[in-house]
Amino acid sequence: MSTMHFHLRLWKQKSKESEGDFVEIDAKEIPSECSFLEMLDIVNNRLTIEGKEPVAFESDCREGICGTCSMVINGIPQGPGRGAACQVYMRKFENGQTITVEPYRVDAFPIVKDLVVNRSAYDRIIRSGGFISEHTGGAPDASTTLIAKPVADAAMDAAACIGCGACAAACPNSSPMLFVGAKVTHLGLLPQGQAERKSRARNMVRTMQEEGFGNCSNYYACEAVCPANVPASVIAMLNREYIRGEMSEAVGAID
Amino acid sequence: MISKALSPKKSCGCCWPLFSSSIGRKWIVAITGVVLALFVIGHLLGNLSIFAGPEAMNAYAAFLKSTGELLWIVRIILLTCVVLHIWFTISLWRENLAARPQKYSVKNNLGTTIYARLMRISGLTVLAFVLYHLAQFTWEAFNPEYRNWFDAQGRHDVYRMVVTAFECPFVSGFYILAVGLLGMHLSHGIASLFQTLGITTEKLRPIFEKGGQIVAWIIFLGFASIPAAVLLGLVKAPSSIPACPFCH
Repeated sequence: MSTMHFHLRLWKQKSKESEGDFVEIDAKEIPSECSFLEMLDIVNNRLTIEGKEPVAFESDCREGICGTCSMVINGIPQGPGRGAACQVYMRKFENGQTITVEPYRVDAFPIVKDLVVNRSAYDRIIRSGGFISEHTGGAPDASTTLIAKPVADAAMDAAACIGCGACAAACPNSSPMLFVGAKVTHLGLLPQGQAERKSRARNMVRTMQEEGFGNCSNYYACEAVCPANVPASVIAMLNREYIRGEMSEAVGAID
Repeated sequence: MISKALSPKKSCGCCWPLFSSSIGRKWIVAITGVVLALFVIGHLLGNLSIFAGPEAMNAYAAFLKSTGELLWIVRIILLTCVVLHIWFTISLWRENLAARPQKYSVKNNLGTTIYARLMRISGLTVLAFVLYHLAQFTWEAFNPEYRNWFDAQGRHDVYRMVVTAFECPFVSGFYILAVGLLGMHLSHGIASLFQTLGITTEKLRPIFEKGGQIVAWIIFLGFASIPAAVLLGLVKAPSSIPACPFCH
């Protein structure tokens, strides 16, 4: 098993209000098979043994599904390559390389501590429209509602979104339109999502603005980093769904 | 705990949300951009009449002037579009700045094009150029003698005015630089408007992106060909009078 050395610059910040700065740490003898988060675990263990405070970071599933590991590695939210930060492996870096790890720099995602940010703004966007109304009771037969294959595929591509926040973190404007577009596309394409369709995009975009996110400038940085490969065409769908919603409200079709 | 669906605040009622919402303002920028881009194409086609000689260009200019009220309606529409385009861009941009108060320590452009990143600088340079361009050829502020130039038919000698102005390398240079930045602005703008207006799909977007760039650079070549042809001596005034104090 070969080992590698890295020069780490990790962001330390006590709380949202306090000033933060980078700490420089030489991470020696890191097994090349380590994932990025395992490397941080090793570094934090060593810091704890030395009596120093470890660097706080978030993780949960560590298999690329949940998107909790919200960090920016060398300027790339969720790290280089496709997949979440937990899917980044140390063998992908050069031996002796300097690696800078920062939290998401999004005003709507306040820093909790070090690399941990509060992504509840995304939950509030979901609560304003990212849901469907459904019957309770016995499950219907799978073939009751027919959905054409291309529609199902497009909805599934959008449904791949894990809500990790990398789109807003990558966007120079801190715009979460890829996230909002993914939800609006996923639910808007399927028959089950039609009940709220006209108000969904309008409500989600209004909440997005209230949360203090920026506006899309069609930079497509979101698409370049999205761990779930969500295409930016969902933003085009969001744009037309939103205007449709506003028009529906203007003519009194929805409240 | 049961979490209830959130109902975002209603729009104020007095102003249509088009003017306050994130996407509504982008639509205004896109639609005014379409109008301005169509004007740019029409203006280019008119300007290219210079290659057909003094007769064609002066006749075209005289025709524009003869449209009277229609010309003023078009001018007012264009001015309104310029104001709305800039006003709403600034209003969106201010929010974008506020949404990212702290920049990243390691900068990474992450798939963004240089055209997209330079939209503000290219747009503002084009604006500065347009003001200069109007002062030079429409208000004739720098060379009041232009006002007394008439051709044999008694029409304003626009051909001679343009050729004389472009014989100055500074005037031509600024013009070519400005239309270059216009090309960059349109490269992002044309591709972008389909996305903003929601008339694109995953398959169509690469076509709009390539197509937008091609159209933008054809427009650049069209505009740049005029000062280039004058500088190269391919287009000459019948009796050229040195007009530029810098180079003559």
